[in-house]
Amino acid sequence: MSLSPDLLARIRAASDEHGGPRAAMLEALKLIQHEHGWVSDAHLAEAAATLGVHRAEMEALASFYSLIFRHPVGKTVILLCDGASCWLNGAEEVREELKRRLGIGFGETTRDGRYTLLNVACLGGCDRAPAAVVGRDRRLVGPLSPAGVAALLEDGL
Amino acid sequence: MTDLPLTGRARPDRRPHTLAEWRAEGGYEAVERARNMAPTEIIDMVEAAHLNGRGGAGFPAGRKWRFMPERGTSPGEGPSYLIVNGDEMEPGAFKDRFLLEALPHQVIEGAIITARATHADEAIVLIRDEYRPGIAAVERAIHEARDAGLLGDLAIRVHPSAGRYIVGEETALITALEGHRAVPRKRPPFPAQSGLWGRPTTVNNVETISLVPHILSLGPQRFRALSRTEEGGTKLYGVSGRVQRPGLFEAPMGTTARELIERAGGVSGDGRLRAFQPGGGASGFFGPDRLDLPLDFGHVAKAGSMFGTGMLIVLDGTACPVGFLARHMRFYARESCGWCTPCREGLPLVAKILDRFAAGQGRRADLELLQMTAAEAAPRGRSFCDLMGGAMAPLASGLSMFAAEFEARLAEGERA
Repeated sequence: MSLSPDLLARIRAASDEHGGPRAAMLEALKLIQHEHGWVSDAHLAEAAATLGVHRAEMEALASFYSLIFRHPVGKTVILLCDGASCWLNGAEEVREELKRRLGIGFGETTRDGRYTLLNVACLGGCDRAPAAVVGRDRRLVGPLSPAGVAALLEDGL
Repeated sequence: MTDLPLTGRARPDRRPHTLAEWRAEGGYEAVERARNMAPTEIIDMVEAAHLNGRGGAGFPAGRKWRFMPERGTSPGEGPSYLIVNGDEMEPGAFKDRFLLEALPHQVIEGAIITARATHADEAIVLIRDEYRPGIAAVERAIHEARDAGLLGDLAIRVHPSAGRYIVGEETALITALEGHRAVPRKRPPFPAQSGLWGRPTTVNNVETISLVPHILSLGPQRFRALSRTEEGGTKLYGVSGRVQRPGLFEAPMGTTARELIERAGGVSGDGRLRAFQPGGGASGFFGPDRLDLPLDFGHVAKAGSMFGTGMLIVLDGTACPVGFLARHMRFYARESCGWCTPCREGLPLVAKILDRFAAGQGRRADLELLQMTAAEAAPRGRSFCDLMGGAMAPLASGLSMFAAEFEARLAEGERA
């Protein structure tokens, strides 16, 4: 499945807005991800061709950023903070409970495609530690507890 | 309200103000004032206010701005830039999230005034991707300000980033905006000479920018007087870790950890303060003997640590300092951009050794290796940026402050 004409037009427009094709590469990756949930090899190549950059340059950028997904992800991505303040407040217990309930480890997606679990750098939620950011609108949740994990998952993330 | 200029107008529910609401609170009056001032007059005021950059390094903002060339005096063609750094990702830091989410118009005001002072034609607010509510709030504020004609001829936009701590490093941020992997650059040249696309560029932290309108409104003397020390203004401090009520506290620059921890409800866990980091993850540890030290850039540096982001992380008597350090080093190891060898190779090694110690499998030779790495890899000039040096600060001070805990873990390993 190739990128829609509308998406390609927005990628071209980003090139003008961001000061040229190179500077628009990240925006192109984000546009693709916003529409498709992740960035496939085929889509990456198509965006590179649209911008007139080499796909290797595009790949270099995509592989650098932790929040550009190069594999399919679940409907809801859970970014669990592994910063030190969260660690001090029981993040490891929350992590274990999340893994147990979802039956997956970090970097994995549940078989039903509902959840992907990722560990990320300090989320800036130290006042709500242990914290996570969930879903497409990156909602900050916390303080989490092992007992609250079930409710979090049922909350229709 | 004037003793809390930065956060006094924030709503309890953090909902950002509409433009009309913000103007009813005196918003954009400082911008009007700046319009009738020459750029050097603004810089004079900011210097007289003793405003030090709040991103971590504490460099005097006015002095940084003075490096920017006047229009038409820099070689080549193209605009000059102001970049507002909202890539907050230092462990323990959550202040810019609040300023972006709850007070976006304050950021825009500061950006307009700073752009005028630095001869910048374009301003870019870079915000980490996880701060979507902040991104939305600032985008809406820009839209409203533009529609009301408040931006003048300043072009301003938000650049949402996509993860990676190193993007927040001043030169890496510029590299990122140009569409490259965010690898720091060697300085000099400094961004004011050659920044974004080789053009003169100023990079300031969100909190620094947010303070600027208040210097114009209050005047430099009153702004300075908000502080208890030589460094002007209030500071948006934060306390997290083992405290009862972690949170943000705007307080005079020079407020002590004792006062801040008290405002956070006191130490949690066993209630006994073991140690704290005064300035986020990359600052060396202080013990309880530093509870009454005025916390500002100068005092903290003189006492052997770094004020950094001014965000305290508190360890109680039951927190395992070895495990805590291991957690920090895992973070820095993963977030290294991989460009410089000491950082790329050294940090994963350090993290691995600390994990071993935390699991009670430490070896004496490893302890020596940690000490050697902390001493050899930290000095400036061994990497392009300060990530490695920053990471080594808590390691070096932790190895000495928590020597007994390391020895205990060592004994566990030797018994096993």
